[in-house]
Amino acid sequence: MHALVVDDSRAMRRIVGGILESVGFETLQAEHGQDALDVLAEAGAKGITPSLACIDWNMPVMNGLEFVMAVRTRPELRTMTLMMVTTESEHSQIVRALAAGAHEYLIKPFTADAMMDKLRLLGLMPEVVG
Amino acid sequence: MPVTTATFDFVRDLVRRESAIVLAPGKEYLVEARLTPIARSVGDPSVDKLVERLRCSIDPSLRSRVVEALTTNETSWYRDGDPFTALSTVVLPEIASRPGFDGTFRIWSAACSSGQEAYTIAMEVAEMQAARPVRAEIIATDLSPTMVERVRAGKYSQLEINRGMPAAKLVKHFTRHGTEWVVDPRLRAMVTARTMNLAAPFAGLGSFDIVFLRNVLIYFDVPTKQQILQRVRAVMRPDAYLFLGSAEVTIGVDDSWIRSTAGRCSFYRPSLGA
Repeated sequence: MHALVVDDSRAMRRIVGGILESVGFETLQAEHGQDALDVLAEAGAKGITPSLACIDWNMPVMNGLEFVMAVRTRPELRTMTLMMVTTESEHSQIVRALAAGAHEYLIKPFTADAMMDKLRLLGLMPEVVG
Repeated sequence: MPVTTATFDFVRDLVRRESAIVLAPGKEYLVEARLTPIARSVGDPSVDKLVERLRCSIDPSLRSRVVEALTTNETSWYRDGDPFTALSTVVLPEIASRPGFDGTFRIWSAACSSGQEAYTIAMEVAEMQAARPVRAEIIATDLSPTMVERVRAGKYSQLEINRGMPAAKLVKHFTRHGTEWVVDPRLRAMVTARTMNLAAPFAGLGSFDIVFLRNVLIYFDVPTKQQILQRVRAVMRPDAYLFLGSAEVTIGVDDSWIRSTAGRCSFYRPSLGA
């Protein structure tokens, strides 16, 4: 399974990517929403659609909310689960993101366990054997 | 600083005596990690010094702080997922469909810690209320008075809210106050919290349709597990449901239970005539 990490902070991409890789995802990375759409187009040409995108909100060029809305207009990306991973923690912002089409919302700062809990909720955690 | 064997043995006896919870050998790190903050707070340089103080003191509040620190767990919302799917899709509808159902589910969240399980149950009942007029009395009990106070307050930090809470449920049932999230009064009204030691006789609990006793039996030895399961059985209504932790079974401990499954989740019901 592939996951796309969209964040303008390289450190944050490394943290989120590291957690996802530890549970078996192959990760793709992008610095902002437009970059992410380009990465998705490139991956799509190779027949790859990520199962999950973890999306920061505040980024240059195209922010996370705009990216979610852009993804929602593309039927070929409808299988991709969208999770906001952001410091935005106002009630109203979470409602906006869900209304725009995000499936889940993880507030920074978070622990690896919190990320795994969300993956479990989304049915994206590999089953534990045994 | 690692604790000495004498310290570990003393703490182990104390915790066992006061809570019946058994700290297995190898849990020295837990004693050190959980008790160091208490040692600091009373001005002792190490856990060993704190234990020396406990040995010659009859101060019950210091003792109970030590026991509390070693018997509470971190927890998440919708922990393990499947029991709550079974609850909302199978168990609650089945109970509500019974001819004699009086409209109120009585549910016990035992060893409730800071209340995530009790409020997760309340959220599932609230979902059901959209379709039919049901109520719930959820009794949340814990050994720790601090935890019981936390359940009553119904306030959770950002880090706690991040642990397994579906975003759609968060915005529906919680409001943000500063850095904390506060549970909706409607959910809070369903939950009553009180202190209770599972290893002592249960008093004044009433009887239940559903009992959640998850991830707590593992801390007790087999005779205590048997006693607890027998007492739990005595407060369950006929046809009631018992949920244990995903790694826990009644089999081989107490055979007066029948195991059933709903989806990927197991639950137990009192066997008739046992």
